[in-house]
Amino acid sequence: MISILRALWTVFMHLFKRKVTVLYPEERPYIPPRWRGRIILSRDPDGGERCVACYLCAVACPVDCISLQATEDEYGRRYPEFFRINFSRCIFCGYCEEACPTYAIQLTNDFEMSEFNRQNLVYEKADLLISGTGKYPGYNFYKVAGLSIKGKDKGEGEEDLPPVDVKGLMP
Amino acid sequence: MGETLKYLLIIFGVLTVMMSIAAGLIWVERRLLGFWQDRYGPNRVGPMGVLQPLADVIKILAKEDWIPPFADKPVFILAPAIIVITVLLAFAIIPFTPGIAVANLNIGVLYFLAMSSLGVYSVALAGWSSANKYSLIGALRASAQMISYEVFMGLSLMGVVMLAGSFNLYEIVEAQRKLWFIVPQFLGFVVFLIAGVAETHRLPFDLPEAESELVAGFHSEYSGMKFGLFFVGEYLGITLISMLITTFFFGGWLGPFLPPVVWFFIKTFFFIGFFILLRAALPRPRYDQLIRLGWKLMLPLALLNIVATGGIILAAR
Amino acid sequence: MVTVYIDEKPYQVEADQSMLDACLSLGMDLPYFCWHPAMKSVGACRQCAVKQFRDENDKKGKIVMACMTPAAEGTRISIKDPEAGEFRARVIEWLMLNHPHDCPVCDEGGECHLQDMTVMTGHNYRRSRYKKRTYKNQYLGPFVNHEMNRCIQCYRCVRFYNDYAGGRDFGVFAAHDHVYFGRHEDGVLESEFSGNLVEVCPTGVFTDRVLKKHYTRKWDLQTAPSICVHCSLGCNIIAGERYGRLRRVINRYNSEVNGYFICDRGRYGFEFVNSDTRLREPFTIPRPGNKQIKILEEGEALPHLKTVLARAKGIIGIGSPRASLEANYLLHKLAGPENFYAGFSGMESSLVQEIISIISKGPVRVSSLREAAMADCVLVLGEDVPNTAPMLGLALRQSVMQKPMEKVINELKIPKWNDQAVREAIQEQRGPLFIAAPTGGRLDGIAASAIHAAPDDIARLGFQVARILSPHAPPVEGAITEDAAHFAERAAKELKEAKRPLIISGAGAGSLAVLQAAANIAWALWEENRETALFLVAPECNSIGLGLMGGRSLDNAVKAVKDGKADTVIILENDIFDRLDFPEAEALVRARHVLAMDHLPTHTTSRADTVLPVSAFAEGGGTLINSEGRAQRFFKVYVPSERIEESWRWLRDLLVDLGRPGSEALFSLDEVTAAMAREFPVLKKAAEAAPPADFRIEGMKVPRQPHRYSGRTANKADVNVHEPKPYEDTDSPLSFSMEGYEGRPPSPLIPRFWAPGWNSVQSLNKFQSEVGGPLKGGPPGIRLIEPVDAKKGEISFFKDLPGPFAPRKNDFFDFFIVPLFHIFGSERLSAMSPSIGELVPAPYIALNPMDAETKKLPEGAEARLEFAAASFRLPVKLDPSLPRGVAGFPIGLPGLHGVVLPAWGRIALPGAENKTYENRDAGA
Repeated sequence: MISILRALWTVFMHLFKRKVTVLYPEERPYIPPRWRGRIILSRDPDGGERCVACYLCAVACPVDCISLQATEDEYGRRYPEFFRINFSRCIFCGYCEEACPTYAIQLTNDFEMSEFNRQNLVYEKADLLISGTGKYPGYNFYKVAGLSIKGKDKGEGEEDLPPVDVKGLMP
Repeated sequence: MGETLKYLLIIFGVLTVMMSIAAGLIWVERRLLGFWQDRYGPNRVGPMGVLQPLADVIKILAKEDWIPPFADKPVFILAPAIIVITVLLAFAIIPFTPGIAVANLNIGVLYFLAMSSLGVYSVALAGWSSANKYSLIGALRASAQMISYEVFMGLSLMGVVMLAGSFNLYEIVEAQRKLWFIVPQFLGFVVFLIAGVAETHRLPFDLPEAESELVAGFHSEYSGMKFGLFFVGEYLGITLISMLITTFFFGGWLGPFLPPVVWFFIKTFFFIGFFILLRAALPRPRYDQLIRLGWKLMLPLALLNIVATGGIILAAR
Repeated sequence: MVTVYIDEKPYQVEADQSMLDACLSLGMDLPYFCWHPAMKSVGACRQCAVKQFRDENDKKGKIVMACMTPAAEGTRISIKDPEAGEFRARVIEWLMLNHPHDCPVCDEGGECHLQDMTVMTGHNYRRSRYKKRTYKNQYLGPFVNHEMNRCIQCYRCVRFYNDYAGGRDFGVFAAHDHVYFGRHEDGVLESEFSGNLVEVCPTGVFTDRVLKKHYTRKWDLQTAPSICVHCSLGCNIIAGERYGRLRRVINRYNSEVNGYFICDRGRYGFEFVNSDTRLREPFTIPRPGNKQIKILEEGEALPHLKTVLARAKGIIGIGSPRASLEANYLLHKLAGPENFYAGFSGMESSLVQEIISIISKGPVRVSSLREAAMADCVLVLGEDVPNTAPMLGLALRQSVMQKPMEKVINELKIPKWNDQAVREAIQEQRGPLFIAAPTGGRLDGIAASAIHAAPDDIARLGFQVARILSPHAPPVEGAITEDAAHFAERAAKELKEAKRPLIISGAGAGSLAVLQAAANIAWALWEENRETALFLVAPECNSIGLGLMGGRSLDNAVKAVKDGKADTVIILENDIFDRLDFPEAEALVRARHVLAMDHLPTHTTSRADTVLPVSAFAEGGGTLINSEGRAQRFFKVYVPSERIEESWRWLRDLLVDLGRPGSEALFSLDEVTAAMAREFPVLKKAAEAAPPADFRIEGMKVPRQPHRYSGRTANKADVNVHEPKPYEDTDSPLSFSMEGYEGRPPSPLIPRFWAPGWNSVQSLNKFQSEVGGPLKGGPPGIRLIEPVDAKKGEISFFKDLPGPFAPRKNDFFDFFIVPLFHIFGSERLSAMSPSIGELVPAPYIALNPMDAETKKLPEGAEARLEFAAASFRLPVKLDPSLPRGVAGFPIGLPGLHGVVLPAWGRIALPGAENKTYENRDAGA
């Protein structure tokens, strides 16, 4: 009996407590840099698309909301022909970013992406691709990969020796 | 002619005020709950969010008015109307001020008890016509609960009636000019308050619609404005019980300096606030505990109250 | 059986194998690279290191290579031994020293044996700080992509390409850590099995160049078991789809049919399915004279056809050897038995019926491809095996190893699985392979003797061999050349000595007598040796099935139309212009109504007044019967777009619309197959080729999508964010979903090979009852044709010998024109694939140089080739292997159709001739 009255009193006194609610649009909360918000595709320092369409983000995605198709330019550089994220399904778990071997896909700290029409939550490559390197400046996958692309022939990578002379006789 | 017009004005006035209060309570309750939980509650629609009920009404009217194919259609439609009608009818006997009341019945108390008993039909029929096991369980609980609490709700008022010597609510208020009945009838007040909570199935006695066990109980299958009617019915019920507590135990419109109607509403809103505080603070008991409380504690208390009051009155003679 | 101890547990294993074979057969995980289940051990990569112990008291042990350790009685090894495990991890580490950081952009990623083995050994971090070796790549043709940086020097590619498949233009160059696998210069790989390098290579050095153009990872492909439709062997394949397009075809192991490999026509021929020219909507061109195409909208096609068929004064149905049994059966039902014509030319019809009669009424069993590879003496009569049945050619390349291998195994006591030692001992010795064909072929190089003659002479040669082998066979009267007599003597002698002789012939020579001669030889041998086997190559993927169903030839259909007995023709997946002389075909399509059903536009569809779009092999299901007489089921890989339907479904709907009794019961493919089995007892067992549609494992269907299939909620989100319901398959126990039974399904239903830790095709080991053996639950498919038992002397040999071939000198038609086959080009569907299209040769006419000289036609000069019903202008190609008086016509190459071969024709200088019929497509 007493406990009920005490409960009523305690709850009543909360009327005068400080409110914990952050009045969001007027009062902006602090968003940490590693916040998992809207997903973007970044470019490497040379301005080329970082995404090499390896499909690892798509397969890592627990809700299967990433879909893409690989293609190649005339020099053999891989890039996505289309890259689609269905944000109406995305749970912002960040597995895609973890899976990405080239730092191409990154989660940003933008979360204000509500739409009235669900269809507008389907983002294509044009909506995802930014013009910078995002969180990871400096990394350029093709500089360390063995594949040759435009401007980097075999053996010109950072980790590469010059190509072997198959016809050489030296031991 | 003038008399008829006056009554029509009063009737429409009462209806308008009651409906506004019921709608406004949606906002009041959510704001208060918010504050008591260290939140703000709805504060976006209009100044301080007061237009929230309007937004809710627009939303609820715009929703698909869906009747499940397995439901008993006519009964399903009728049920939400019953609760609003019976509660609104009960307002007829409330004496807001000496001049303002729809009806000055000499059996006011009995009329109120009759109307509140009819309210159970709404819940029972809603649960039945939904053809859903949770709804039906909710309806059964509501019926049992209301029948149980109806008994001593009536009995708890008998002390008041004995003291005032009348079933007429005007006279009951007038009888409190010297002393509010809360003092001699404290026990009756407590019993009536608890019975009132149970009668409106508000927390902590909202077992008919316990969302955690019965997925909203008797109104599981309701949506749109039909669901809205249950909601309005509930808020009207709170208002009604609050007004009756004011009338029976706290001297109705009586009070110094301020106009009587203001006193009446100040007292009423105090109890409405109390109802909301109950919801904010107390957990829901188990169903068997609820029924046991009713029959094993409340009923004897109410009877004790009658015997004691009667004894004292007789002795005082 | 011997007892071996692995990690101190005893196991019973077969004796004649290495410990690696034994461990893998027992389902254990032991990493390996250079060992391949078809090519066995060389002990080069040092990856399968285990610890071997002398006896139970030996606690120290020594590290040995499991692949080089025989499974002898009492062998004790340990896989779990920490030292052996460490050894394997270090081996991987140095193999990875120069492996590039390529996995994200490597097509092997996700199905890479090197990835799997790296994970299995536990090596995970590169310690080396040094730079990586690089190579320049080569252009290897349209099929295989070369990325030499990724090589780990396991030598599997050369072992397959050169040693197993007999390629000569590929090799290993340079020395020490510079070894290079490739060609001596950039260029197209010559072997027709080059595509297998993609599956053989344990990492991404050789990858699929066709897949690369629209690359999709293995885990994203929706796959289903399918059957190759590009020749009559019925190789099992796995076809994979993504985003509504067929992406690739890989081998599906079937121990009795194609084993571990398929040919490039089968691997790369699928692209016709994605062709832009596909028929996608039913349309009609109202006759007469109206050229306006009218698309038949949803719900219009069937009512239109119903009115046409209801008004018809006689309906004939023309079946197809490339359509499923079920589709042919329903057409048979629609047209009625007397009005159903198998879509064969008269020649083809008699050849196929003769093949069926020989294998079903004779005493000799048709060999499977596995048995063909085990034969120790082979005689090929008149069939250009590498071009008409490529995988049989690969089997023959193994069969010539059998006899020398047996000798090596017996005399030098080298175990069979010790591949390198066996091959070193054999050197250039080859077993007896005899080839008699109209022209030279790619197998001539490994043949003990090859002879080239006109089909009639080949037949006479065959009869001669049979006569030498058995006195019951008919004698060969008239002249026989000295070469032929010598050849016959040698072949007969070797065949007689062989333990498992095999006679191969087929429809390729276009001669009944050749088939009969082959049958005579087989039967003559069978009198002495019950192990004798026969293989008769049928022309197309379902020729045998259609032949078993019966139906007269196309010639009769033309006659029926000409006689006015029928005015409405339904042509099922068949281009009759490929099978009839041009005027005959023209007469047939001039019937009042012609309904053509096909997936690609053909001459027939362009002349039809109503065309229905039907599914290609990957878009539908059905049963095919291969040359072996094996009924095999193929399954829908994906649901085709727009209004394409399976042929049998169109025909079923037509039957229902026409109100034919019993047709409404033919709801699913199973019901059609069952109805067919009731009507044709010979096809009864075809219904058992695969489990029925209501088959479930633990209540679940078999998923077509791998459990890691990605993009499910985004694939179609650009069209509509609300995901569509997956298509429900009522025809098979496979589902269009990633949900379903995850374990190993029955062998005909295996949609892909995958096992935990084994993402590459090497996971196949987990599906086999033993390494290299049949799949668990037996090989897919069911043989319908078994030989009849006969007693010696009871066999009725064929007695009708043709006379010797005599070149004509003075007739108007002075050359006997035989069909020549090209692996890339002669088969129409595969030639529609862009990659194969690159390798289709330009049309030509082949002549013996001496004939060319008398005709004054030098190499490359344009000649005029005239038949009774068509004429062509073609450049001359000199082929010294052609007999005099015989010319070779590369059938099926672009523009070369409208004539039934072999036939007599006239070759002359262009321009000087009186006009006959001009083929409208000549030279197109």
